Formats: sequence, C-alpha cells, structure tokens
Amino acid sequence: MTGAGTILAALAIPLAGAAGIAAASARPNLREAVSLVTSVALAAAVWSLLPGMLDGARPAVELFEVMPGLAIRFEVEPLGALFAALASLLWIVNTVYSIGYMRGNGERNQTRFYVLFAVALAATIGVAFAGNLLTLFVCYEVLTLSTYPLVAHQGDPRTVASARVYLGLLLATSIGLLLPALVWTYRATGTLDFEPGGILAGRIDGEAALLLLALYMFGTGKAALMPVHRWLPAAMVAPTPVSALLHAVAVVKAGVFIVTKVVVYVFGTGFLAAQAGSDWLLYVAGFTTIAASVVALRQANLKRLLAYSTVAQLSYVTLAAALYRPAAEVGAALHIAAHGLGKITLFFAAGSIYTASRKTEVGQLDGIGRRMPWTMAAFTVGALAMIGLPPTAGFVSKWQILSGSLEAGQYFAVAVIVVSTALNAAYFGPIVHRAFFRAESPPVAAGHGEAPAAIVIALTASALLTLAFFFFHGPALELAWQMFRTTG
Amino acid sequence: MTLAQQLPALAVAVPLITAPLAAAAMVFHRRHVAWLVAATASIASLAIAIALAAGVDPVHGVSYEVGSWPAPYGIELRVTSFSALLLMIISGASALALLAGKASLDAEVTMQRRPYFYAAWLLAVGGMSGIVVSGDAFNIFVFMEVSSLATYILIAGGRDPRALTAVFKYLIMGTLGATFYLIGVGLIYMMTGTLNFADMEARIVDVANLKPILAAVGFITIGLALKAGVFPLHVWLPNAYAWSPHVVTTFIAACSTKVSLYVLLRFDFLVFHGSLAGHDLQFSGFLMPLAVLAILVASGVAIAEGHVKRLLAYSSVAQIGYIVLGASLLTANGLTAAIVHFFNHALAKGGMFLAVACIALRARSLRLDDLAGIGRLMPWTTAALVVAALSLIGIPGTAGFISKWYLVVAALDEGATGIALVAVVLLSSLMAVAYVWRIVEAAYFRPPAGPDLAVRDAPAPMLAVLWAVALANIWFGLRPGLPLELSRAAAAALMRQIQ
Repeated sequence: MTGAGTILAALAIPLAGAAGIAAASARPNLREAVSLVTSVALAAAVWSLLPGMLDGARPAVELFEVMPGLAIRFEVEPLGALFAALASLLWIVNTVYSIGYMRGNGERNQTRFYVLFAVALAATIGVAFAGNLLTLFVCYEVLTLSTYPLVAHQGDPRTVASARVYLGLLLATSIGLLLPALVWTYRATGTLDFEPGGILAGRIDGEAALLLLALYMFGTGKAALMPVHRWLPAAMVAPTPVSALLHAVAVVKAGVFIVTKVVVYVFGTGFLAAQAGSDWLLYVAGFTTIAASVVALRQANLKRLLAYSTVAQLSYVTLAAALYRPAAEVGAALHIAAHGLGKITLFFAAGSIYTASRKTEVGQLDGIGRRMPWTMAAFTVGALAMIGLPPTAGFVSKWQILSGSLEAGQYFAVAVIVVSTALNAAYFGPIVHRAFFRAESPPVAAGHGEAPAAIVIALTASALLTLAFFFFHGPALELAWQMFRTTG
Repeated sequence: MTLAQQLPALAVAVPLITAPLAAAAMVFHRRHVAWLVAATASIASLAIAIALAAGVDPVHGVSYEVGSWPAPYGIELRVTSFSALLLMIISGASALALLAGKASLDAEVTMQRRPYFYAAWLLAVGGMSGIVVSGDAFNIFVFMEVSSLATYILIAGGRDPRALTAVFKYLIMGTLGATFYLIGVGLIYMMTGTLNFADMEARIVDVANLKPILAAVGFITIGLALKAGVFPLHVWLPNAYAWSPHVVTTFIAACSTKVSLYVLLRFDFLVFHGSLAGHDLQFSGFLMPLAVLAILVASGVAIAEGHVKRLLAYSSVAQIGYIVLGASLLTANGLTAAIVHFFNHALAKGGMFLAVACIALRARSLRLDDLAGIGRLMPWTTAALVVAALSLIGIPGTAGFISKWYLVVAALDEGATGIALVAVVLLSSLMAVAYVWRIVEAAYFRPPAGPDLAVRDAPAPMLAVLWAVALANIWFGLRPGLPLELSRAAAAALMRQIQ
C-alpha cells in the first residue's frame, strides 16, 4: 500500500471498528473480538509506515481544502510516527485489559465505552499525523469530545461534575487560547503548515513571539501545564482503562506532542533559542514538575497520585522542549514514549488491584504484593520507569533530557530533574515497600488473588515493553533525531 | 424569454400562487392535500433558489423587469449573490421543515385550520422571497407585510395559548418596525423621487446630508433592527419562538430575522455608506456595542434558562449579535463572516429546533428537567441535536467554525479593539458550551424520571431530515464551497461603496 493509502487506512480502521462494535452490541464476545481485531489492524497499519520513515519517507495525503490555503491534510513526520506507533501498540494491550476490567467490574454501557474508545483512537492518530495546525486542531477537539462520555461513564452526580471540569477546562483553553494562536499564526505567516525549522522566524518578534508561545502552551490544555492541569485529576473518575490509555498515553501525550511539535515545526528551536525571555516556559514547566510531585506525595488515593505524577512527568516533556536544543527535543520525544509505557503499566496495576480487592487507597496496600505478585511486580517496573532507573524506559529519556540540559548549560533544568527524581522515589518507594514488605493489617480482607487473566496478561505485557524499551530504543532514537535532519 | 430568465419572478410567484391552492384544499376533505401543496411548492422554490445561486453573476447579479417595464419606472427584481443565498436559506428551511414536520404539525395544528395554516406558510415563504429579490424599497415593505402577517398566523397556529400573547407582542413590535421603515422610505422618496435601489443610490448623493435623509436613516435602521431582533429590540423574539408550533419555530428561526438583516445591510451599505459623510462610523459605533451586548447578555440569559426553546431563542439573539458584529467591522472579511453566518446559523439552529420538535413528540414538556434521560429514549434524535449544537458552538469541522474563523480573522484586523472583540467571541463560544451542555447532561447523564421506557425515537421522515441537516453541518464545515463563495461575492458587492 502507498504511504497515503496507509495514512487513510490508519484513520479509517478505528472508525470502521467503532461502527462494527456498535453493530455487534448485542453479542459481547463478538463485540470484544471486533475491538481486538481493530486495534491489531491499526497497529499493523501504523507500524508498516515506520521502516520507510527511517529511510526518510514522509508520506502525506490531502483530503480537501476547507478555506483557501487551509486544507485538511495529513503528513507523517518522525515525531508523529513515534507517537502513533506508541498509541496504536498500547491500544492492543489496553483492549485486552479493558475486556478483563469491564467484565470483571460488571460495568454498564460497555458498547458505548468501546465505540468511543475507538473514536478517541482515530482522533489520536489524526493528531499524530496532522499535516497542519488546522487539521491538528480539529482532531484535538474530536479527542476532547469523544473522551468526555468516557470520563462521565459512571453517570452519578460526582462523576458528571468531574467530567464537567474535564470538558470545561479542555474546551476553554483550546477555544480561548489555542484557536487565537492559530489565527494569529495564520495572519502572521499566511500558512498553518508544519515546516522543519519552523514558519514563524522573521514573521513575529519580541514580546509578540513570547505571547504567542504562551497562547500555544496554555492553549494546549492536554499538556497539563500548571495552572491548566486540573482536568487531569478530575478525569480519574473514569474507569481505569480510560485513565490508562487515554490519560497516561493518548490524550495527555497528544498535549505534550503538540507542545514539542509547535516548538520544533512552528516556531523552530533556533528561533526560540535566540528569543530573549523565551526560557519562561522552562521555569513554568520546572515549577509544574516539582509542585505536582509534591502534591502527589500527599495523595492518599492511588489513581489521584498517579494523575499528579502524570502532570509532573508531562512537564518533563515540556521542560525538555523548552530547552530549544535538538538533543533535548529528542529527549522530549523519547519521554513521550517512555512515560507512556511506564504510566500505563502503573494504571493497569491500580485497576487490577481495584478489580481484585476493591482497594483504591495507598494506605490499604499493605502486603498486597504477596496476594498479587504479577500486578505488583509490574507496578514496580512502572515505578522504576517513573523514577528513571535502569533497566526501564524512563532511564533512556531522562538521560537524553539531562544531556540536552547540560548541553544548553541550563542548570535549572538539571536541578529540576534531580529534585523530581528524588520526589518520585519518595512517593513510589513507600508503595512498593508496603506491598512487599509489610504484613496485611487486620482485619485481613476476604481472600483474593490476582485479577482476571486478561488484566494480568495486559499488565505483564506493558511491563515487558517498559523493560524492552531500555534495551531496544535504537530505532526510536534514530527516528526522533530525524526531526532535525532534512531528508529528501 | 427562456425559463431560466424567469427564475427571479418564479422564486416569488411559485409560493404566492400556490398559497391559495393550499387554502382551497379544504374542499377536498383530504387530510394531506394542503401539506402536499406546501411541501411541493417549497421544494420547487428550493430548486429555483439553487439554480439562481449557481448561475448568479457575482458582480452585477441578475436583473428582471416585471412586465418588461424598464427600471426605474417599472418594478425591478434583482438577484445578487446575497439574495440568492437568502433564497436558499428561506426555501431550504421551508422545504426541510415541511418534509420533516408533518407528524409534528398534525399533532399541533387542528384539522380545520390546516388549509389556512399551510396557505399562510406559503405566503410567508413568498413574502420573504419577495423581500430578498426586490430591487425596490417600497415593494420590500409590501412583501414585509405579507410575510409578517403570515408569520403571525403561523406562530399562533398551534394549540399553546401562550402563543397568543407572544404573537400579539410580536405583532405590535413588528408593525412598529415596518412603520418606521415605511416612514424612512417615504422621506427618501420625498427627497429623491425614486424607490428603486439602484436609482436611489445614484440620486441620494445630491441630497445626502439634508435633515430628512438623516431622519430616514434613523427610521430605517431602527425599524429593521426591531424586525431583526437586534439587541435590545429583541424582546418579542424569545416567546414568539418558544410558544409557536415547533416546526414553525424551526422555519422562522432559520430565516425570518435574517431577511430583515438583509434589508438592513443592503440599505446601510449600498445606499447610505457611500453618500452620507461619517455614516459608516456611526453605523459601526452604534451597532458594535449593541452586538457585543447581544452576544454576552443573551448568552448569559440562555445559560440560566430552564426551557429548551427559550434557551435556544436567546441563543439566536446572541447569534444575531455575531452577524451584526461582523457587519459593524465594515471590512470585506467582517461582512463575509456575517453573511456566511446567515447560512451556517440557519443550519445549526434549524437543526437544533428540528431536534426539539422531535423531542416534543415524546417528552412531557420541553423544560430541561423533563428531558432527563431523553438521550436513551431517543438516541438518534439526541445525537443529531448534539451534532447541530457543536456547530452552534463553532467546533472545528462544523459549519459554525467557518463563520467564527472569518469573524476572528476579521476582528484581528482592527488592532486593539479587535483583540477585545476576539475575546468577546471566544468567551461567548464558551458560554455556548455551557448552555448546550446543560441540554446534553440532562439528555444523557440524568436517569429518566419515570420507569424505564422502551426506545421510541421520532418517526422516520423526521429523523431522515434531521440527520440530513446534522450531516450538512459537518459537510459545510469541511467544504464550505457555495455558501462561502456567495458570501464573499455578497461582501465584495456590499463593500463597493466603502473603499
């Protein structure tokens, strides 16, 4: 298949899957089979693009022109390819997990759940492959709207209130800040296309450039830069598979993906590095990392703890992007993948614990490692990835970001990374310790073992992927560097 | 003369001539004849409108001399890009509302009234079409009266007694507006001796800044603003929309105020701006603040409103504000935004009111509290409502986004004021999210009040049309094509006096 055909297939497969899932509503086994087949087909389509990408191909397809000079257009570049590869691979794992989780917990409206999940994935692929800012914005909004019902899945007043925060904050930032940023860019440059080296150099200057950067960074609410991070803890009311794939991988990574993409392809790293005052982003991201880690330290609820940890880790990516150095941008790209692998494992583990034991609080986890060894082993791998220790994915990206900050001579960034590593260790360490080394506190809960097999398989797979990324990250690194190589 | 050359006259003649046929249908003692006549005539009108829109010369339009008497002595019809767009909106809204709405109208309009009701419907279509193709200021008044009187009948045609007080208010204010307009036209006639627009445009230069002309400007602008529901002259609108038969609301919300706005823009831009010193600044200085107030106040009221139709009616007041705001920028981009919003708002709001008409068939009332769980009871209807609502908000990928995009781009040309206006537009988009989401949450996330009812969605014809409109919102969001081209041409034509 041609590159253009593959792009269209990657967008169409999840949508066709959504239709198939809806049609198979009455037969749960068939429905889940459709889900699984769809996710495998999507991953096959996306991954088939990768070898060509490494050789320098940039497949593109233009659907149609909306307004003069503004088209709905898709073009795969290295960063987007990496993001799409990650999201599509983890969707397979997550589908297996969802089947175990949704059945294990007897959730209602499962068809709606799977349909919207597939639509959200289509939107994610659209974000990843978007060839200009307009297409990106359309897909970004579809992603917000399709995930809202997933967050509000339970339907009780508390959940709906949380989902309202989610929707309100994401729509308010995107319509209120990101859209004006787009219009401004269009007026300044006459284009919304992504170009290696950026499109804004020489078109906008001084404070205006800083303001525009701020509109982009805070307008991308999904990147969860403080103070627009509140939607992420609010989203934790969703069923765990949603938190795992969407609020550790697809949705939040769409945010920091846009941050990196805007820095590299709209502003251009050289342009921003030369702008006096453009390092404000570094300080905001650094502050978010530290502050969110401190908040995470004080969380009693496991999922909320993971959410704040995600806020902190997302700002790592923004921090890396804000160094405006190729090496650091590569670090940002790798961290999108590395954190995605680690965090989905952690959420899988949290959902597994809930399914098997109904426990949601950190304080209840004493001795659970003996009852659920697979789950807690995977959790440990995820925690190591968050801290950034070998042999996990987190080490690779942290190394790259660190070398980027040293290259830039930004000791603030180095300090942030060191402090937050310590904080990560301080909040994940005790959980692992509780799980494996403390005795269960009386009254000992009625006997429970591991979660359903589908859950265990999924979390083991994601833990193994987290480990594998440490050993086999060569192609990903190569791909990320291609952001800065002009190949034909 | 070929048939194609007769199209401007047919656009008015078809609905006017078929109106008595619909009334005559009472002799048949058949239930469907009147509806059939009205629907067929509307579809024919739509076909005529599309043919005109496709063939119209973007610069000069098409002129038609009634009875072959040359203008300015005879009656001239003139179809421009702007009027072709309006014709499509009017006949499209009428055709779709009638095709979809039979079940709803059967439930709301009694048997005896139906022939007269459908005759009035066609008179309203014919009157509005007449306004937008007329090249003569007095004929516009005549057609305005025809369409207004017919619209009063439509609004009061249902069973809801509250419609009677609402329509009385509308009648008083609408008559005031029409009278003001007539006084203004009379003053202009007194000074220039002509009623033909093209002629007036040429002759008004000689008498431009004399007092009677200035008084005429005031009367015409305010009179038309009254009929168009421009804030704060909108008070007749919410109740007239809320208590009329639901399908009537769908029809009039899509086109009736826009027709008055059309005349307003045509007068101000083509006749006044070019000749009156400083008129453009006054126009902009008066209307821009009113538009901003309309957008913010009406959106705020919509957020607090508990009845879906009144909520949407206030939203319409805010949306009229967008149109006025775009026009008050006095630029080609601003006018394009305003004019394309005529079409896009008709699609979005027409779609939403049509969905509400479907819901009214099943729900106990249209208060938000009584819509709890309607998303489960009527999944297709509610999903279409959401699609149209996204377009109303202006989410990218929908028709509403196109207008917002042009409006924001146009506003940014205005420097510091422009940034404030962008802030207003974006804030109001978020307010739209807030009021739309109250409907969505009631429909999807509150359990139905009664025992679990079986799924009973709207009848198939209603759903088919509703979904056609919902999908059109997406289609025209991705491929704005014809409406956008017509709007640009219309904006360029209106701008020719201000350069």
